[in-house]
Amino acid sequence: MATISVGGKDIEVDEEGYLVNLGDWTEEAASFLAGQDELELTDSHWEIINFLREYYDEYQIAPAVRVLTKAVGKRMGKDKGNSKYLYELFPYGPGKQACRFAGLPKPTGCI
Amino acid sequence: MAKADIKVPEMHEYPVLPILQADAMKGSGPYIAKAGFQDPLGYPGELVDNWEDKAVEKMGDLLSRFRSLRVYLDSCVRCGACTDKCHYLLGTSDPKNMPVARQDLLRQVYRRYYTLPGKLFGKMGWQWGLDLIGAKEMNKDVLDDWYNYYHQCSQCRRCSVFCPYGIDTADISMAAREIMDSIGQGQKYCNEIIGKVYKIGNNLGLPERALRDTLEGLEEDIEDETGVKVRLPLDEKGAEVLLITPSADFFAEPHVDGLMGYAKVFHEAGISWTISSYASEGANFGMFIGSYENMRQISLRIRKAALDLGVKRIVFGECGHAWRVAYSFLNTLAGPFDFLDPHYPVPQHICEITSGLVKEGKLNLDKSRNDDMVLTFHDSCNVARASRMGNVPGGQFIIPREVIKAVCNNFHDMEANTIHDETFCCGGGGGLLTDDLMDLRVKGALPRMQALKNVVEEHGVTHMAAICAICKSQFTKVLPYYGFNMDKIVSVHQLVSNALILTGQEED
Repeated sequence: MATISVGGKDIEVDEEGYLVNLGDWTEEAASFLAGQDELELTDSHWEIINFLREYYDEYQIAPAVRVLTKAVGKRMGKDKGNSKYLYELFPYGPGKQACRFAGLPKPTGCI
Repeated sequence: MAKADIKVPEMHEYPVLPILQADAMKGSGPYIAKAGFQDPLGYPGELVDNWEDKAVEKMGDLLSRFRSLRVYLDSCVRCGACTDKCHYLLGTSDPKNMPVARQDLLRQVYRRYYTLPGKLFGKMGWQWGLDLIGAKEMNKDVLDDWYNYYHQCSQCRRCSVFCPYGIDTADISMAAREIMDSIGQGQKYCNEIIGKVYKIGNNLGLPERALRDTLEGLEEDIEDETGVKVRLPLDEKGAEVLLITPSADFFAEPHVDGLMGYAKVFHEAGISWTISSYASEGANFGMFIGSYENMRQISLRIRKAALDLGVKRIVFGECGHAWRVAYSFLNTLAGPFDFLDPHYPVPQHICEITSGLVKEGKLNLDKSRNDDMVLTFHDSCNVARASRMGNVPGGQFIIPREVIKAVCNNFHDMEANTIHDETFCCGGGGGLLTDDLMDLRVKGALPRMQALKNVVEEHGVTHMAAICAICKSQFTKVLPYYGFNMDKIVSVHQLVSNALILTGQEED
């Protein structure tokens, strides 16, 4: 099993770079994972990542794209409540890339 | 996650056979399933001892159960009709992606162990004889090629349309995957997903509470937009219709816009309906891995949900291979469905319902609401080549187009040899819609992208509609590689939703 080394601690990740144990997540780990994709996390990224973690905590799955865009629109203004904004932040797709940074399992299926 | 190295093939005006490059796509294939993903499906967690013998034994088991498989393996005359019909061959230039070559990967082992000359030459140790008849021992090289190249087949069956003997490469690819699963080498993407269906009820792993919350959110959205309260009911006993739809419809875009379209249609027609949290998945990945047993387990969930909820009809949403399994196999897998209302076909497609309502004049449609788009339609493989719709031959081509034309003023089909039963796969079907195969998916989309480019340039087409969750997700991802916007792909019922004016709707 592959690991990443963050803050002197080894964290297990799967083949696709997702954390194996949700409990291993730290903010530092999120920044490290983003660095692998050559992204630097800004406040805008953190707002999304924190929402994903809150939603996961309640529902044991990442939110649907529409649920996410709606929540972002409500919290951060209507101009940001669309998938275009999310793709600008997370070019590999808000569903998968943002989930990876947030330490959540990858959503699977025909998506 | 390392950045994928993706080389986009060059687009031409029409599909051309590329100059072949041997081993262009040789590789280790998609991620292999770990034990945790194999167990729930009843497969060994890793390659078993004597896996060579076990694979040959499993092949014998499949040959004894499926006469068709033996016919396909025996009857190829190497005429070459299939060679340039595969989108993966056209996109990758790798000769092993010629359908005949893909079949031969299994056929060579079949010849060694299940034909008289193969058995004889093998027993005598006469390699020249095995070479003469194109037979090979089962070994690691063969297994590696199987795993790699049987995961470069989307089981779309386009090649079989052109085969004079009707050899179905998809069936061969499914058999190969079933053999590999049985010896402990399964594909992570498919097998993890099937495990989630058993545990949670759908491919996504969307639990009941999250599903309920998502559906409530969609009800709010429709009400905000139209002023009409349209319901998306979950687990409601006594509803007339059980809707079985891919879980991507709850999660992804543009799928979810289609789901809201179904809801509006049911609402306007006054048909009570429900989604089931237990069978909250239309997709049946058991088919992709060629496993009758897993396909049946997944199908039985639909039967149980229909019985528990006491529905009278089962309707399927926009999902290609769900419709194949439903239309072609559901009755033998999970039937008889004698408890349903015999006045309706079992199962019915949502496009049949909408098309029927359009003909009866029961929907108030304003086509001009889609005037900002010029549409074309992508026939999804499993609907086009493995099922039918309605009660006339070719209904699966006619009905979705009738629906689109009823709600849109502007429609142009793509070229004749790229639609209907000659349609090109989106490049992501058959269990290949996974990030670790992105390079293959981009390359496999080439012929469809060429045909799309032509109608974009000649007829000003702006959007392409589809009735398959995989197609929609695949196009969202690959369109940008060919210079198109990702939102060029739309759901058919998204168009219906745009045009449908609900009773009591506030006009804007």
